[in-house]
Amino acid sequence: MKQKSIIPGFGLSFGITITALSLVVLIPLCSLVVFTSRLSWSEFWYTVTRPRILSGYYVSISTAFTASLVNAGMGLVLAWVLVRYDFPGKRFLDGIIELPFALPTAVAGISLTHMTTTNGWVGRIFYDLFGIRIAYTRLGITIALIFIGIPFVVRSVQPVLEKIDIQYEEAAFILGADRGATFRKVIFPEILPSLISGFTLAFARSIGEYGSVVFIAGNTPYETEIAPLLIMSELQEFDYAAATSIALVMLGIAFVILSVNAFIQSVVSRRVSGLA
Amino acid sequence: MKVEKDKGILKYILILLSFTFLAVFLLLPLFYIVVTALRDGITGYVQAVTDAYAVKAALLTIRATFWAVAVNTVVGVAAAWCVTKFAFKGKKLLSTFIDLPVTVSPIIAGLIYVLTFGRQGDLYQYLDAWGIQIIFAVPGIVLATIFVTFPFISRELIPVLTAQGTDEEEAAALMGAGTFTIFRKVTLPHIKWALLYGVVLCTARAMGEFGAVSVLSGHLRGKTNTLPLYIELLYQGYDFTGAFAASSILVIMAVIVLILRLVLEQKGKKDQERNR
Repeated sequence: MKQKSIIPGFGLSFGITITALSLVVLIPLCSLVVFTSRLSWSEFWYTVTRPRILSGYYVSISTAFTASLVNAGMGLVLAWVLVRYDFPGKRFLDGIIELPFALPTAVAGISLTHMTTTNGWVGRIFYDLFGIRIAYTRLGITIALIFIGIPFVVRSVQPVLEKIDIQYEEAAFILGADRGATFRKVIFPEILPSLISGFTLAFARSIGEYGSVVFIAGNTPYETEIAPLLIMSELQEFDYAAATSIALVMLGIAFVILSVNAFIQSVVSRRVSGLA
Repeated sequence: MKVEKDKGILKYILILLSFTFLAVFLLLPLFYIVVTALRDGITGYVQAVTDAYAVKAALLTIRATFWAVAVNTVVGVAAAWCVTKFAFKGKKLLSTFIDLPVTVSPIIAGLIYVLTFGRQGDLYQYLDAWGIQIIFAVPGIVLATIFVTFPFISRELIPVLTAQGTDEEEAAALMGAGTFTIFRKVTLPHIKWALLYGVVLCTARAMGEFGAVSVLSGHLRGKTNTLPLYIELLYQGYDFTGAFAASSILVIMAVIVLILRLVLEQKGKKDQERNR
């Protein structure tokens, strides 16, 4: 403790927090570490480099990346529309964006799947007109992940966009910049950090997503089998060593993604504050 | 908030794009659930919803949700209070650990509990001696639900408490108020709407948790099946009407959550303006 605060209740609130945190989060995470230390390196390496597992990582990462890119673009448009324009139904639009947070993932999953099979409302149209299958393909996985990830980007960009002073744009306009140039050179650099942060949050969440994806994926090995499902199937065979190995690599990937984001944010904030 | 007068056609294109995107990706799946649930008429729907196993699954979901929300409300308030009202070493680390469950894949969340309390763990012999079963039983489901919703309430409270500062609490403490008096009379009025929204969000997420619960549940019909797991079971058994009927209960919950969010946000904003 650096300084004594006059407000009482530090011990109580800190105690409750640390006890709950230890019981619910830290001890279980420690058991992951303990269990890992019992694995041999060759066993770990053999598990995570099996072609089927590698393809699981590839499917998870590539679909999550595509979905998050789409979400970054659409999230930017949605945030822009919500902050800058006035139109009927705006409150409704703002409210509905949070739906993926409120709707259980499994419910979203079965709905998207049933709708996009070749017999479903949407799937039939795409199959008959273009010969494209949505459910049970990587396209289907990507669509489920777009559903899951959209609020992350909107909710990350929206507050930053709200805070931008309109005077900068007026200044740019007076100095002769057209709307495109103003957006590119004045607004975009301001919101870029929040856009990247929204993208990484959506990306990290999408890689680990299970409920909404598992139905629409169809789970064909090497084709549409996602990494979380591979952990699940190892668990169902009680192969805890293999499940832990796959999980460790996924945690590592999530850690790298979040660290890259933290690094970008610190570089950007230094540049903005003019210290670099 | 200032809304720019944008006369260009771009405005309408962007608004149209936003509505289309949300209609296709968010509203259509929602609408589809309701339509499919009512496919066999009202009697079919009522039959599916009042099925003995469906009711049991719903009751278990309510039980797990109740515990998760109760625990996380106490811990969330304590954590938010601790992080915002006091300065201490390791604060950043503490916040990081509190937020950690959001970035961990639900399947991995399930896995770490299996490793901690399962047969191969060090704790198992003690728990077994006392006759406590955690994984593949109700306590595991409750624990997993607490884990995935762990930061939901503190995350809503921290921004509000940070904005409010510590002056009022310090004044109250100087005048001799105790911890609980300060909390009830000074802090709580500031955070009540944010707290309520946190509870609502936590409830929604707890009811819908699928991945982590799926790992820890023994999938025993009528015993350890929560509503989302029951939906999966029906869906995989090709009972689509039943699956979507059960889903519709969760859809109604999600819609209530979204409406409550708008209401609570509005109330919170009004309170903030009045205090200024």
